[in-house]
Amino acid sequence: MSQLIFELSQHGRVAKAQQPRPSSQKLTLPAHLLRQDEPNLPEVSELQAVRHYTNLSRRNFSIDTQFYPLGSCTMKYNPRGVHKLAMLEGFLHHHPLSLDMNSQGFMACAYELQEMLKTVTGMKGVSLTPMAGAQGEFAGVAMIRAYHESRGDTARDEILVPDAAHGTNPASAVQCGYKVREIPTGPDGNVDIEALRAAVGPNTAGIMLTNPSTLGVFEQKIQEIAAIIHKAGGLLYYDGANLNAILGKVRPGDMGFNVMHINLHKTFATPHGGGGPGGGPVAACERLAPFLPTPIVIKNENHYRWSTEKDFPHTIGRLSAFMGNAGIILRAYMYARLLGPEGMQRVAEFATLNANYLLARLKKAGFTPAYPTRRASHEFIITLKTEAKELNISALDVAKRLLDYSVHAPTMYFPLLVPECLLIEPTETETKEVLDHFAEILIKILQEAKENPDLLHNAPYSLPVRRLDEVKAARELDLTFTKNTGPDTA
Amino acid sequence: MPFIPHTEKDVKDMLATIGVARVDDLFNEIPDNLRKANINDVMPSLNEMELSRLMHERANQDGGMKCFIGAGAYEHHIPAAVWEVATRGEFMTAYTPYQAEASQGTLQLLYEYQTMMASLMALDVSNASLYDGASALAEAILMAARSNKKKTRQRILLPLSVHPHYRETVKAIVTQQGIDIVEIPFDVKKGCVTKEILEKYSHDDVTALVIPQPNFFGVLEDVDLLTEWAHQHQGLVIAVVNPMSMSLLKPPGKWGQNGADIACGEGQPLGVPLASGGPYYGFLCCKKDYVRQLPGRIVGRTVDAEGKQGFVLTLQAREQHIRRAKATSNICTNQGLLVTASTIYMSLMGPKGLRQVAVNSHQNLNLLKSKFSALKNVEILFGDFHEMVLRLPKSVDEVLAQLAQQKIQAGFALTKHYPELGECLLVCVTETKNEADLDLFVNQLSLALEKNSEKKSKEVLNVATYF
Repeated sequence: MSQLIFELSQHGRVAKAQQPRPSSQKLTLPAHLLRQDEPNLPEVSELQAVRHYTNLSRRNFSIDTQFYPLGSCTMKYNPRGVHKLAMLEGFLHHHPLSLDMNSQGFMACAYELQEMLKTVTGMKGVSLTPMAGAQGEFAGVAMIRAYHESRGDTARDEILVPDAAHGTNPASAVQCGYKVREIPTGPDGNVDIEALRAAVGPNTAGIMLTNPSTLGVFEQKIQEIAAIIHKAGGLLYYDGANLNAILGKVRPGDMGFNVMHINLHKTFATPHGGGGPGGGPVAACERLAPFLPTPIVIKNENHYRWSTEKDFPHTIGRLSAFMGNAGIILRAYMYARLLGPEGMQRVAEFATLNANYLLARLKKAGFTPAYPTRRASHEFIITLKTEAKELNISALDVAKRLLDYSVHAPTMYFPLLVPECLLIEPTETETKEVLDHFAEILIKILQEAKENPDLLHNAPYSLPVRRLDEVKAARELDLTFTKNTGPDTA
Repeated sequence: MPFIPHTEKDVKDMLATIGVARVDDLFNEIPDNLRKANINDVMPSLNEMELSRLMHERANQDGGMKCFIGAGAYEHHIPAAVWEVATRGEFMTAYTPYQAEASQGTLQLLYEYQTMMASLMALDVSNASLYDGASALAEAILMAARSNKKKTRQRILLPLSVHPHYRETVKAIVTQQGIDIVEIPFDVKKGCVTKEILEKYSHDDVTALVIPQPNFFGVLEDVDLLTEWAHQHQGLVIAVVNPMSMSLLKPPGKWGQNGADIACGEGQPLGVPLASGGPYYGFLCCKKDYVRQLPGRIVGRTVDAEGKQGFVLTLQAREQHIRRAKATSNICTNQGLLVTASTIYMSLMGPKGLRQVAVNSHQNLNLLKSKFSALKNVEILFGDFHEMVLRLPKSVDEVLAQLAQQKIQAGFALTKHYPELGECLLVCVTETKNEADLDLFVNQLSLALEKNSEKKSKEVLNVATYF
């Protein structure tokens, strides 16, 4: 069992070298505004802290240590060189409210990234400020709303979302004050066009689509969908979670999308950080560009400056205290520079090659693809529906057993419409050997299930903990450590 | 090929297994007329050495300044161990801990973070982070609106002494859901909200009152009085605080009789570098009554099949990946790595170290104040904790540009957001400055004020302040 840092704490112990020197001056602040007790922070030595957190890190799976085929999350290699350069002193010590003249280095990178994102998306304007995909979605939908309102077109109160969409899509639409209407998926994995036609009307503000969709297939009728939505006066939002699948091949702007976000932590290889930070720049066509969130970097001759209200009088406003996750913007910029135009196309090509290869291998081994007649994009779904019934196992069991083989489990039970599914995204940075090994492990697990399904039910065995009781966690909430706490803590 | 490991033989074998002739055939479900992307305008590729040269040049362009700007982002000493450990690949290249058994490191760390942050705020629970301070305030307001259902109209009182960028962010995010934001003035003599000002809003429905501590000007608000007023009017109290200062100042959970209901803010002062404004992280804590309205990831402690302690993401029924359109928020990715750094920072500093950082920052402000009070043409308006407002006898923009020539960032100009204060500058000093730094700053500012504004013309126009 791993101790908590609080259990290593001894009253009176300090990491002296890290602390400022005590001063002898008396405090002059009014007593009724001061804290009376000490907060429950650990009192440990530097070595204790370093050893504790180093050991904790070793209880994680990560890209640097394991194959991590987490569908829809794009867990590809995060270049170390990019990280090292983003940590240069000049960048780290740069205050966000510095004068423009003291920010030209950062602004040059941000500006050039804006321009490159325009090129790869086929859009006319880019704002880098959204701090994750979901905030980019929020920005894009808010822009759709601002656009309709600017034309006095206020009756539109509905956003259409396919049933296969990421959960963030409907949640973002609701945060923008819209009602959500779900559109079913047809048996071939494409949007059910007849259902779409029936749903579209004068209330339609727009539709949110991922293409390739979360089902790992390209939405072939995208042009027809765009025509239907546009004819009704609606707009198309592109969820850029899967942009890596089509980078340099097809551009969202050419497909008819009006506004979109890009997940820098997916397509542009910035580290996922155990759950962030991400980066969710939003890009828009000419009609919607005036509504982009601010600030945006503007170039006048050889001088960069931040946009003002005068540049974007119709902006939906500001989404962060400064300019979003600047350090992630820097990293994405550097990754883009390391790739260049050829490298970007290769991202889509090799991500797709790896996915289709792994799919072909698993198909041959008897696994069932969710959409057997379709070509995989950069990811694909297998359904364990039959195995679940015949062998009395679940996709969850297979996922947990995979962990024992030191492979991170694929995304499970998403999209919701495919029963007992695993969404597998190998990414372009993995070797053929890793894919072969993964296929062999899955085949072996299926064999184990036939011989002894309990082996799967009780997995994992080789990790720091066995399967965890999530029901207990939710019923008997234990969200903070309360032993050893001072008299003052809740 | 950068980051792609395939040999020619690999590609050949893989295509054969798939049963297609060329990689391009894998894209044959995309309509032909769409497969025409031309991305040749993307900048040409560099190798790591060339990129390193370019980035060093650009970093040098922005570096080497002595910084006296605060205004929501604060320079503090960050112990070396913090980022050494936080950027270990096992932390940095993991993702959201969906597979709990394979993510115990991140999950336990988040549980420790929640404990530290909740205790720093003297509240019951904390989530595992939001994007930044400004968006955390917006989420706190949405949370208050969901929690305080007694009100017929959702009206939030938001003092003008809250960071102007936070107020802009709040407006962009929450007004989409039909919540009214009422901005309330501050006393221009004291730089904070007073009871007299609040009384003017007594007859309105108040869903929640936002209380900044310290406020944007570095002034300490009378938090007990403001909290009592809001609770008497059946409003919730949302504290937006600098978490560093809470090691010294009365924490939100102790304000008034019953404490603030929600506390949020910017986590950056706890071990995160300035870094052009991000990534930082937002924190959000609350009383346990509101935990089901708390947005974002939350980690809970539980047991495994053998009864051993372990950690999982919990209360997921609030979240978008389960509840979709009915979720408390659309947030998915948050700021895990920054929380990792912050947790290590708080562990290294401990309660005493953190308090010492706050105390030293505050005492440096007092020292700087005493030095400025000797200058007859500089007026100190207000400022208590580690920031203060100075009124200058000439254009702030001009002074900022002149000091920048001396590699000094003198502060944040208030002229755009608070024109009623005149030519004012918000100045910050933390524990990172010594007396020589302060003397240099005071001397250079004094020199800049003596200079006549003859060069006002072109140079100044070229260096317009940040937006």
